[in-house]
Amino acid sequence: MTGALGEKAAARREAARLLDRFVAAGAVPVETAILQPAGALLDLYGEDIRARAFTTSDPLRGERMLRPDFTVPVVLMHMEQGAEPARYAYAGEIFRRQEHDAERAAEYFQAGFEIFDRTDPAAADAEVFALIAEQLRTLDLDVVTGDIGILSAAVQGLRLSDRRKAALMRHIWRPERFRRLVERFGAPPPPRPLLDAPDPLEDAGPEIGLRGRGEVETRLERLRRDREEPPLAAEQVTLLDGLLSLSAPSDAALAALRAMEAGLPSIAPANDALERRLDALERRGIAPRSLLFEAGYGRASMEYYSGFVFGFHAAGRPDLPVVATGGRYDALTRHLGQGAAIPAVGGVIRPGLCIELSEGRT
Amino acid sequence: MTLKLGVPSKGRLMEKTFDWFGAHGVSLRRTGAEREYSGAVEGIEGIELVLLSASEIPRELAQGRIHLGVTGSDLVRETLPAWDALVEEVTPMGFGHADLVIAVPRFWVDVETLDDLDAVCADFRAAHGFRLRIATKYHRLVRMHLTRHGVADYQLVDSQGATEGTVRNETAEAIADITSTGETLRANHLRVLEGPPVHASQATLFRSRRAQPDAAQREAMKALLSRLGVARPAGAT
Repeated sequence: MTGALGEKAAARREAARLLDRFVAAGAVPVETAILQPAGALLDLYGEDIRARAFTTSDPLRGERMLRPDFTVPVVLMHMEQGAEPARYAYAGEIFRRQEHDAERAAEYFQAGFEIFDRTDPAAADAEVFALIAEQLRTLDLDVVTGDIGILSAAVQGLRLSDRRKAALMRHIWRPERFRRLVERFGAPPPPRPLLDAPDPLEDAGPEIGLRGRGEVETRLERLRRDREEPPLAAEQVTLLDGLLSLSAPSDAALAALRAMEAGLPSIAPANDALERRLDALERRGIAPRSLLFEAGYGRASMEYYSGFVFGFHAAGRPDLPVVATGGRYDALTRHLGQGAAIPAVGGVIRPGLCIELSEGRT
Repeated sequence: MTLKLGVPSKGRLMEKTFDWFGAHGVSLRRTGAEREYSGAVEGIEGIELVLLSASEIPRELAQGRIHLGVTGSDLVRETLPAWDALVEEVTPMGFGHADLVIAVPRFWVDVETLDDLDAVCADFRAAHGFRLRIATKYHRLVRMHLTRHGVADYQLVDSQGATEGTVRNETAEAIADITSTGETLRANHLRVLEGPPVHASQATLFRSRRAQPDAAQREAMKALLSRLGVARPAGAT
């Protein structure tokens, strides 16, 4: 076979080979349906997923999406029937709509490995990372790591009302929006004369739609309270900016983060977790010095990571998609499990890209 | 082969298009029986008039079945992903102005900006258990706009007509629709959010990047564009 068909067959073989390796590492191989119920994905990712996934309709079962990732169906499967601790492996095709770049593949293979285990998160993080790195060792890749947990801890420690913290946490995966919120909280709110009107709804017209008068009045009250809240101190904004711009080898990054604890004491437990993970990685022969750490890494992805994150990028090829990604997604299991969180960490490799890079075809 | 020029087949958009070409010394007219969709171009040799629904013109341009076409810039952006790789704007035509806007009930006095809308989306989801619904037929444009501005926790529901009525009918909480004067919005107790519109649309002459003109068609294109007084677009052959 030649051309696209040959490439697809080769990617399929490579995916099967990776699956075997993951099974040999102790994982149970699992299958997930290609047609996934759209509800869970929309609920999790919001309307943006419609731009990224193919939506179709099943006459009897309603709206379906062509599997845009494995993580969500594997988590749902584990929550229904899994026993802990569990290690799962899978390989198959995923489907992504491409609205902007016709060069990007709309269907491709992924092979992945996921751990559900609440005993030792640092060890599980290191196990997933080391296993993924081992499969990629012959390729020329740049590795970046990060930790959303440190940023979350920093937000929780800011001198802000719970409501403002919640607003920042809600947008932690949308860097631009997050930045705008920080700026807004750092300055007095713009004047809103309406808030002082005797009856703000006097000239507002009839009450139509499901959002009722009570909801409008509740929010007006919140805006009045928000106006009373002192702006976020400039030194706190500086600390947050310093954290977000941190990019260094992991050992130096940890030292820098430790130094930030003076201003942001809330990040200390997350720093402890990072230290435990670096120790666990070192025990697996991965030197912290060799791992780039970026505190803002992984925020723009839609993957709901809430702790450790990593990505393997083709060196000198920013035009190519990321070759392998992964991370810890306790927040996702909490969301999908309606509050019943299971600590989980996993990673996926794109076998098709591995082959292209090893053959120097791209 | 003749060069194919696609124009809207009925209504004010057709009349204005004919007027605009007429003012530039190119006469377009319908031919045949009153209800027959056929037309002619006079003043320049080798051009065929193709009368089409304005909403089909973007697709015909993208497929390369017509070389030039007149339609709203909103329709091109909504219908064609990566539209500027498929078609090229030759010139805006100065009519058919309409803004794609997001509007909320007027009595939502707490919602003036997209930031407010985003905050309300979070509250609404917590209070009602589902994401705030925005009724529209411009799914792509509205979604891209809201993504760009970091609005979360909303959903788009499809509305192909009478969109302003969806809030009162409780099938949506807000709408995104085309408006020129805002009268229909006001009549339905809706108010446009502050800030620039999602898209400011007007009738526009587009060139297909897909259509491969032959020598005669290239000649006709050159003559037409020079008569219209628009610089030959970069890349036009």
